[in-house]
Amino acid sequence: MNRHLISAADLSRDDALLILDTAEELAQAADRPIRKLPTLRGRTVVNLFFEDSTRTRISFEAAAKRLSADVINFSAKGSSVAKGESLKDTALTLEAMGADAVVIRHQASGAPHRLAGWVRGSVINAGDGTHEHPTQALLDAFTMRRRLGHLEGLRVVIVGDVLHSRVARSNVLLLRTLGADVTLVAPPTLLPVAVSSWPCEVSYDLSGSLPKTDVVMMLRVQAERMNAAYFPTVREYSRRYGLDAARLALLPEHAIVMHPGPMNRGVEIAAEVADSPRSTIVEQVANGVSVRMAVLYLLLGNAMTVPASAAELAEVAR
Amino acid sequence: MTHALGQHRPSPLVDGKVVLEASEIARALTRIAHEILERTDGAGDVVLLGVPTRGVPLAQRLAARLAQVEGRPAPAGSLDVTMYRDDLRLRPARALGHTDVPASGIDGKVVVLVDDVLYSGRTVRAALDALSDLGRPRTVQLAVLVDRGHRELPIRADYVGKNLPTSQREVVQVQLTETDGQDAVVLGQAAAR
Repeated sequence: MNRHLISAADLSRDDALLILDTAEELAQAADRPIRKLPTLRGRTVVNLFFEDSTRTRISFEAAAKRLSADVINFSAKGSSVAKGESLKDTALTLEAMGADAVVIRHQASGAPHRLAGWVRGSVINAGDGTHEHPTQALLDAFTMRRRLGHLEGLRVVIVGDVLHSRVARSNVLLLRTLGADVTLVAPPTLLPVAVSSWPCEVSYDLSGSLPKTDVVMMLRVQAERMNAAYFPTVREYSRRYGLDAARLALLPEHAIVMHPGPMNRGVEIAAEVADSPRSTIVEQVANGVSVRMAVLYLLLGNAMTVPASAAELAEVAR
Repeated sequence: MTHALGQHRPSPLVDGKVVLEASEIARALTRIAHEILERTDGAGDVVLLGVPTRGVPLAQRLAARLAQVEGRPAPAGSLDVTMYRDDLRLRPARALGHTDVPASGIDGKVVVLVDDVLYSGRTVRAALDALSDLGRPRTVQLAVLVDRGHRELPIRADYVGKNLPTSQREVVQVQLTETDGQDAVVLGQAAAR
């Protein structure tokens, strides 16, 4: 596994499964009277958030704290960034403080990649622009596997604002690695130009896609990133691409409904669907902590790599 | 991707001299089971917790023997200590084992930790830490199939299958049917560095 987690494409099948298996064991520790593990005692994790976030930042903070790491929260508002400090200077400041891991969210695609070249610690991408959000994809895969038992051959439909969605891209890449079949459903204006090169199918017909689907993942309509008219009205979008009770009824009995949050109730997802027992939205949040604990443990645990031969020897001699 | 991260235990089998054969392992476990019964007045409160990988089948075998002698089932489970190890920074992260505490819990119980080989004592130290996060046993005891010496911490076993004097260059590997397809304890030479 790499030292950093920048893109879901960096993960081999074995790496991804190791993260999911580790998260599974850690999820069980969450039921114990003492939920804290001493594993990352004395390590520092910096949450570097240049963009607003509630669940991702809190989730990473909870994950790091449950592993006993020290957490420093940094948000662009109220920091020197507001005074015009560059990303590099911020990175060097963190480096001087001795961060073992930097969790970064940034409005610019590629910012985590740049950061990885400047700091010694592990860099974890918590969402960069419209590029990627790999831990979200991991927690989605984890949720699917927990609910449905497997990922191989799973039919997943991802619906909505694919163009602005880092969640969609990371999910397509990771689910492909794990053997699931992904179909993107969106209005043509909300699909990226190069979508034909993605390892997935594309459709414009939501109702037609639902009957043979195991997982339907609704994406948020990212109004804050929309600087042009991508669809005529919200009402029309909702009618054609929203998941309401009538469309929910088209899904097979076992199928689940996912949403990375935050939801626009009544736009891409109807309130009654979001609150139905087939929706995994709250579960996804809980699973996020376990998955991020696994990522932190595996990335930081690997920070000081010993040669394979010596590691093997120690393993046998244990 | 480093080599060891994706490596799942059990580790590759070692070539070497067989120091305990299947029948001797079986006899040692039977003796340990009887010692547990004697020391704990019939094992009424005993919970056996095996340390993955090979402590787990050993704990189950001991539980079966306790049940056979006393006529009531003895709870057995597993206790993964990976997240409590003191060498996490020195080597690549390992895949986690499974922790499975019997439904009766461990509060007020006599917990017998079960592992295959007792060496530095660091695994046992980690197990004691892990245990204290799960509850508060009345007593904690330690059963091992092989004690090979070279302790680095003030820890000793209450029940020992075989004391095996070794040099630190040697490798002791316990092989069990459940994990390796056969029962044997093998003493080998470490590969040259």
